Amino acid sequence: MSTAGFNSQNGTGPGQAYSNGPSQNPVAIQQLPGVSYGMTHQPPYNPMQAKAPVAPGPGLYHSGYPPVSSYQPGPQLASYSTPPGQPLLTRPQIAGPPLHTPPQSASPSPGPRMPLAQATPPPPAVSSSSYYSNLQQPQPNAQPWQYNPVPAPMGTPPPPNSMSSPPRGPVANHLNPPSSSTAPPPPPSSSTAYSLPQQAYGSHSVTQPPGPGIPPTSLHGYNQPGVAPPPMNPAVSLSYSMVRPTYGPPPTGPPLSGPPPTMKPTPATGPPLANVIPPPLKADGTIAGNGPQSSNSYNHVDNKMGGLPPPGPPGRHLSHYPSLPPGYQNTAAPHKPTAPVHPAMQAAPQPYSQANQPYQQQPHSGPGQAQLSPSLAALSLQSSSPEALRVVNLLQDRNLLPPTSVPAPTPCLPHDLQKVNCSPEVFRCTLTSIPQTQSLLNKAKMPLGLLLHPFKDLSQLPVVTSSTIVRCRSCRTYINPFVSFLDQRKWTCNLCYRVNDVPEEFMYNPVSRSYGEPHKRPEVQNATIEFIASSEYMLRPPQPAVYLFILDVSHNAVETGYLNVFCQSLLDNINALPGDSRTKIGFITFDSTIHFYNLQEGLSQPQMLIVSDIEDIFLPTPDSLLVNLNECKELVQDLLKSLPTLFEKTMETQSALGSALQAAFKLLSPTGGRMSVFQTQLPNLGVGALQSREDPNQRASAKDIQHLSPATDFYKKLALDCSGQHIAVDLFLLSSRYCDLASLGCISRYSAGSVHYYPSYHQQHNPAQVERFQKDLKRYLTRKIGFEAVMRIRCTKGLSIHTFHGNFFVRSTDLLSLPNVNPDAGFAVQMSIEENLNDMQVVSFQAALLYTSSKGERRIRVHTLCLPVVNSLSDIFAGADMQAMTGLLACMAVDRSVSASLSDARDALTNAAIDSLSSYRHSVLTIQQPGLLSPACLRLFPLYVLALLKQKAFRTGTSTRLDERVFAMCQLKYQPLAYAMLMIHPALYRIDDLTDEGALNINDRTIPQPRVLQLSAENLSTEAAFLMDAGTVMYLRVGKNCNPIFLNQVLGVPSYAAVPDNLYLLPELDTAESQRTRAFIGWLKDQRPFFPTLHVIRDESQLKPSFMQNLIEDRTESALSYYEFLLHLQQQISK
Amino acid sequence: MAFTFAAFCYMLALLLTAALIFFAIWHIIAFDELKTDYKNPIDQCNTLNPLVLPEYLIHFFFCVMFFCAAEWLTLVLNLPLLAYHVWRYMSRPVMSCPGLYDPTTIMNADILAYCQKEGWCKLAFYLLSFFYYLYGMIYVLVSS
Repeated sequence: MSTAGFNSQNGTGPGQAYSNGPSQNPVAIQQLPGVSYGMTHQPPYNPMQAKAPVAPGPGLYHSGYPPVSSYQPGPQLASYSTPPGQPLLTRPQIAGPPLHTPPQSASPSPGPRMPLAQATPPPPAVSSSSYYSNLQQPQPNAQPWQYNPVPAPMGTPPPPNSMSSPPRGPVANHLNPPSSSTAPPPPPSSSTAYSLPQQAYGSHSVTQPPGPGIPPTSLHGYNQPGVAPPPMNPAVSLSYSMVRPTYGPPPTGPPLSGPPPTMKPTPATGPPLANVIPPPLKADGTIAGNGPQSSNSYNHVDNKMGGLPPPGPPGRHLSHYPSLPPGYQNTAAPHKPTAPVHPAMQAAPQPYSQANQPYQQQPHSGPGQAQLSPSLAALSLQSSSPEALRVVNLLQDRNLLPPTSVPAPTPCLPHDLQKVNCSPEVFRCTLTSIPQTQSLLNKAKMPLGLLLHPFKDLSQLPVVTSSTIVRCRSCRTYINPFVSFLDQRKWTCNLCYRVNDVPEEFMYNPVSRSYGEPHKRPEVQNATIEFIASSEYMLRPPQPAVYLFILDVSHNAVETGYLNVFCQSLLDNINALPGDSRTKIGFITFDSTIHFYNLQEGLSQPQMLIVSDIEDIFLPTPDSLLVNLNECKELVQDLLKSLPTLFEKTMETQSALGSALQAAFKLLSPTGGRMSVFQTQLPNLGVGALQSREDPNQRASAKDIQHLSPATDFYKKLALDCSGQHIAVDLFLLSSRYCDLASLGCISRYSAGSVHYYPSYHQQHNPAQVERFQKDLKRYLTRKIGFEAVMRIRCTKGLSIHTFHGNFFVRSTDLLSLPNVNPDAGFAVQMSIEENLNDMQVVSFQAALLYTSSKGERRIRVHTLCLPVVNSLSDIFAGADMQAMTGLLACMAVDRSVSASLSDARDALTNAAIDSLSSYRHSVLTIQQPGLLSPACLRLFPLYVLALLKQKAFRTGTSTRLDERVFAMCQLKYQPLAYAMLMIHPALYRIDDLTDEGALNINDRTIPQPRVLQLSAENLSTEAAFLMDAGTVMYLRVGKNCNPIFLNQVLGVPSYAAVPDNLYLLPELDTAESQRTRAFIGWLKDQRPFFPTLHVIRDESQLKPSFMQNLIEDRTESALSYYEFLLHLQQQISK
Repeated sequence: MAFTFAAFCYMLALLLTAALIFFAIWHIIAFDELKTDYKNPIDQCNTLNPLVLPEYLIHFFFCVMFFCAAEWLTLVLNLPLLAYHVWRYMSRPVMSCPGLYDPTTIMNADILAYCQKEGWCKLAFYLLSFFYYLYGMIYVLVSS
């Protein structure tokens, strides 16, 4: 199971499929990989079909393709020089090679998206200093970031001691839809995207008799004494009968078989609701009462319940959520802390904890009371403050790293909302409590944004097959757990507050096979769900999986020997390529000419066709270059076996990458698909030729780094054309020399591809890199893939998206065009608050990813995240998520380095740390004391900022190759947060004394859990061995006087001196120590999709400097130590 | 009253400013459409980019005319915009075709808002200068 996280074909694995409606088969269909999905009626995909105009569907681009086969007499095919040693391939003479008319470039049709149901929002105030430096007045100094305009004059600062927000006054219940929610339906012309047929909804005459309205009893103690349960509408009763699919088995005792006790079905006699404020309930109370951490000392919430709450009797379960109770609202007793986001709560049985996700596994006890700074003693008044706001003096408390990974904070939501909320691994917000107004956000001086990992491999994912996908009629939001049901027939959208009808079909619940309980359907019980989309979501027949490989075969490429590895990997995995019977495959190789391979069925061997007219590229035989994999598998295998030998003796050193890409674009544009480009040198011939821009002498300069932006827009324009034809380009760069990744990377960046970089790849000289390439290729070839995808991110009215980060093309204000989507892609989004969120208790964000699976199914994966709105600064700080903030800041800093300069970005990063801490000091704390004070939830933020400053992408003064720097920048923007955090702040473990104490047990394997150490040389000792996990690379540092038992039993060498220099694989010894070490390293490797190389290093190893550079708390020649950095921050704050 | 070269310049500028006003309105509408999702950024940039240089050249052209006609005050009034145009075009993103707008960055909220504001400011400037040229033309015609 440990690898299941990344290898499972989610959605097709054990996920449940629900059929919809009484008319359909009510039995949940188990969908298994390899089974066709009811799409068998779909005719086999014919590329010619796509050329015909397709019925207007929900799409992005014009569906009509120009006929690709319209040929004109063209220039003569250039000479065929037949190098010796190519006996295998026959080369037919092509007489009068046709000139290929280039297909129409991407000409997306006018956006079919309907406008948001809102008046044109006022443009964001640009006058405030924005992320982009003011264009009119380029400022030499770094401006604070966009979230940090001129601080608005504070009114009365919120009392810092009372951690509860001031009463907000009567809260308008949003169940009363605002008038705007009755906005007229959009004009028909704009309703093509995602258009549901205007359904004649069933008449609403069927009114349910009010059920027994049993007032909720105070189960979790969040009922204020004396507050009589208000009368409520019983029709919205709700019980969690659905088995919530966990995202994976928890580490011990997987409760896959059943829901946690609190999710036991309760009869549908839930709380009645009406337009009154339900009794206030405290999220912390519920959460704390639920987990085993009730003894934790920071929870001063009245935990009436110790231990697990028993499955409540009918009515006891406060299942409020259809009415979105303002439970965390401020009518509660003021002494209650509002956001005790204690890390220990993470250990509460969360539905998302899974075996191969280490981040939430161990009850993490956080810094104990014993470590509280002495300064806190003075704050006796604040002793009741929640853990997240505990004041930490960073200058005094050094040991702030948690023993295991840092958990994500839990939004301060009512328990029943939080229980169904989206997993932080998929959807995360930098502020888990959203400020009410932009001015409040400006005062807090923290970035607001989302981090998404939408296509993450999930081991369990509910899949709904439904003829009607229920969506809001005005904003097109998918129905989700955070909508409220007014009655059985009406639901209120949680994003635009429009009241919608519940379609007749939705009344039937396929899980319980009962009728009349729309709120129990899987759509309303799961924040992450996948729909099988109907033909309304198709712009054209779903495309087949199409893979085109473009291989560099110049002398340099042959020298590196990557072709062998590639061909062998593809041969090994050719049956594991995701796809169905329509899967197509093709190959193009290039040096100074372009070589096509005719693999048509019936040929005895592959034919190589050489086109040397690279200025005006054409396809020699357009029909037989891209062939059906199943029908022509033998020819493909023949080709793969012969390819490495074919170019062995080539002397061609030039590389016409641009022309090869153009040819590939022509080949793929009728269908769309994936291009995988393998490049080993700077393209220097034909279109898209680049020059070397790097000056090696400037690598270490502390001055500004030049050439971070592309040199030409050729690759960008080609990527946009590709994006329009649903083609993604993945780039594998295997080069020891400068390749201008800043320019080349554009081809992947705007076509939603991915970039893989293997510096100094060589088959003999760099075996570690070869192994990494091999493992990465396996993952790359076999991972799940989604074609012709779009992702739309919607958010509650009042919030708007400011900037996107990641690899995609932004099609409109909230729509990303993703020709391909893969499970290893992350996205970040900066948000701004355009209208005040005064009358809202919660806001929601919904990311909907519409894609074609490799089996030719159109699917929609929907994630919904719900977060509370707060109106006091202390609450905002209590909800800050330092890791997410770091991830977002890294993305913003990359943008800033490219648009302005690297030093500008570095200053802005430092300012981000200064701003947030000074805002905390001046606006939240009243008792001023010496020291650098930070809330506990931000205690690692300065460390992360320092780590970013020392990261390869942003460091100065240390020799860094330009390509590696640009690649690090790509990764920061593109990787999901969990992997990016390891890149930023590696984890250091001592591994020579691993014990089974506190070990995890996964699949009968015992995995020791050593403590995460601070990244400082003072933790290193010569008597021990340390493992540093930096995401894509791991270092195992063996000390000089290392325990001989470790050397013997784990490394298999007699002494320190015998440790080989280039050891990158631990020997499989049959000793307990070796097993433990290998289990631990294997477990770490299993948590990420791509393969990290392991280097065993000694004191005199070449790689020691790169190990030492990761010790970010230490001073280097060019950068401050952590303590110095803190002093610098303190100095700036007290200014 | 005589038809001098200055008067001719003002008449020409009057006509050309009317054209520039249309350019500015077109610009504003285009960015509003982008903001409200009606248009694809690639299309929009393809329609907007060819218009950038003509606009700048028209403005440059009548600035030169005013220089030749020794209408110093009018020239000084136009110099800031001329300088802005030069700066704006110098700091454009890497592009192979003429124009300013890059479809990959145009949807950034900051850039979008900046371009919208730029459109409104230019519209105001052109409108004011339209009436100023009208006044200038009459003044020149009457005074000479």
